[in-house]
Amino acid sequence: MAVPAAVAAGPFAILYGAIAAKQGLPFFEIVLMSVTIFGGASQMVGVELFGQHLPGWIVVLSIFAVNFRHVLYSAAVGRRITSWPTWQKAVGFFFLVDPIYAESERKIEAHEEIGFAWYMGMGTLVYATWVLLSTAGAGFGALIPDTHALGLDFLLPIYFLGLVMGFRKRPLWLPVVLASGTTAVIAYRYVGSPWHVSIGAATGILLAAALAKPHPPADPEPDDAGIAP
Amino acid sequence: MSEAIWIILAGAAMTYLARAGGHVVLSRFERIHPRVEAGLNAVPAAVLTTLFAPALFSGGPAEITAMVVAGLVALRFSFMPMFVAGAVVLIALRYLLG
Repeated sequence: MAVPAAVAAGPFAILYGAIAAKQGLPFFEIVLMSVTIFGGASQMVGVELFGQHLPGWIVVLSIFAVNFRHVLYSAAVGRRITSWPTWQKAVGFFFLVDPIYAESERKIEAHEEIGFAWYMGMGTLVYATWVLLSTAGAGFGALIPDTHALGLDFLLPIYFLGLVMGFRKRPLWLPVVLASGTTAVIAYRYVGSPWHVSIGAATGILLAAALAKPHPPADPEPDDAGIAP
Repeated sequence: MSEAIWIILAGAAMTYLARAGGHVVLSRFERIHPRVEAGLNAVPAAVLTTLFAPALFSGGPAEITAMVVAGLVALRFSFMPMFVAGAVVLIALRYLLG
């Protein structure tokens, strides 16, 4: 699964590099962003805001807003990697981007162990692809012909749709997807990007929490409550 | 160093904080409340939906058709056929519809 994840992220790495170069961002800064932030949507937002000459803290806050969802990924995956030594967790969390998280969740869904070697193999492949192709995009950005005709701009939405469809057997999946999707579209129109991500996600998560059937207080907490069929 | 480099490094630090912080904060609780548990289990679908929903709604006929086809293919087949089907429909329709 790491290969489709890297393949799907590849065009967006090129696109990010190309857009950043066209915005006039220096080559070193384009690559530095991919190396240190390693988060496509937040880097796109960063590039967009750099062009508007806003105060630095607004740019930093916007990057954080886009990546805030990783707090939740971290909490979800962190529960499953308690056997990893601290340094492995510290390294591993750096690579906890959307596709890596999604593949980890897929493992959890299949009741399989998330091993450090498996996780890092996938993480480094997606990371290397991301850094190399965004560097290539920054270098050759102007030479890419018609990115629209090639559908490059729309591969990521299809990719995310596929991931969401993969979670459809989870409890409360349909209400969560409908609530998050509707709110995200409304927030995208009236609040603006990147806030639709946090607002839409929060709505779905709160709805799931509100609809959850509470266990009797005496029950021990099963480790995979809600994930078991 | 230029201001932009400091912004990038601060953004990277905040991003790492988000990726490590969720676990560091939540691992302090021995028992997780069922509602928190249900909320956490809803995270992937909730977040990933927000990443494609606006693109779906602001898309034209080619984009919407590609998403519908990909969604239908996903009901029967695995991830890669879904992804390829969506991409093929998208490129073909963009070519045909101009």
